Amino acid sequence: MASVTPLHRAPAPEPPALHARAMDNLRFIRDTMEAAGAFTAVSGWGMVAVGIIATVAATVASAQHSVLRAIYVWIVAAILAPCVSLWAIVRKARRANVPLLSGPGRKFLLSFSPPMLVGALLTVVLYRAGVVEAIPGMWLLLYGTAVVAGGAFSVRIVPVMGICFMLAGTLALFTPATWNDWIMGAAFGGLHIAFGIPIARRHGG
Amino acid sequence: MAKHGTARDDRRPVGDLRTVRGKSDGSAAAGARADALDRLIHERLRLGIVSALAVNDALSFSDLKKLMKTTDGNLSVHARKLEEAEYITCTKSFEGRMPKTEYRLTAVGRRALERYLDHMEALIRATRER
Repeated sequence: MASVTPLHRAPAPEPPALHARAMDNLRFIRDTMEAAGAFTAVSGWGMVAVGIIATVAATVASAQHSVLRAIYVWIVAAILAPCVSLWAIVRKARRANVPLLSGPGRKFLLSFSPPMLVGALLTVVLYRAGVVEAIPGMWLLLYGTAVVAGGAFSVRIVPVMGICFMLAGTLALFTPATWNDWIMGAAFGGLHIAFGIPIARRHGG
Repeated sequence: MAKHGTARDDRRPVGDLRTVRGKSDGSAAAGARADALDRLIHERLRLGIVSALAVNDALSFSDLKKLMKTTDGNLSVHARKLEEAEYITCTKSFEGRMPKTEYRLTAVGRRALERYLDHMEALIRATRER
């Protein structure tokens, strides 16, 4: 007769400690807030304001007699527009009671900044090389790249806008330099306004 | 956030924490705090709804559904419970011909979430100080 070996029941796993559950709950709340934060990361009204600045800049730049002077006009707009946009983003974050540099906000900034810094550097390089006609196309391409990269952490409409900017940049690089101001106006002005209004309406301002 | 409990979950007492208290922690302070937990908000899906609304002015039913990765039925049952407790408000309207349901967090709901966060932090502090 075969010997009977008593079966040892494996001890039941210890339930997780109370503080571990509390930490898990806090992590869940933070993750949910971060994921939901994508709904509020970009200010639609800020984009509309940037679009208006760009439309004014396009009008002024097209009245200039040289490409270089038009570039100066765009540089002034490029300094003013981010200030307005940042102010709108801060205002929106405060109103929604969301920390600005946590979660998607931080990811957006980290992804958006590198192409913008490259754009600033290449502006100096192309200016010194005397290839100012290529600057608008390069700006549009790199701004589009920055928006696509940053938009990966935002609502779907944001990267779509970035792709439109990249297409406008490609167009500007392969068309006569005299078209540049109009392409820049249509892209920086028109696209910001066209995409900014639905973002403001659907995603809290 | 893969799965959420069903609407039946809230019929149970907030036993998860109480059961664990006796077995592994034994901290009277932590236990007392666990007892004071808001049952309504403790359920995962409802906690998720309140947390998501805390960082948005308003969210539509479909936004919340996508965010919580849950079903229409489950979301509406849990949202109704929060609405009955006046933690959230629900507005129904039409966008063109499409019906639109939007949820907003009320001041009562925001306070409940803050209280819940305080409880969680206090629990962690209490068990660390032990």
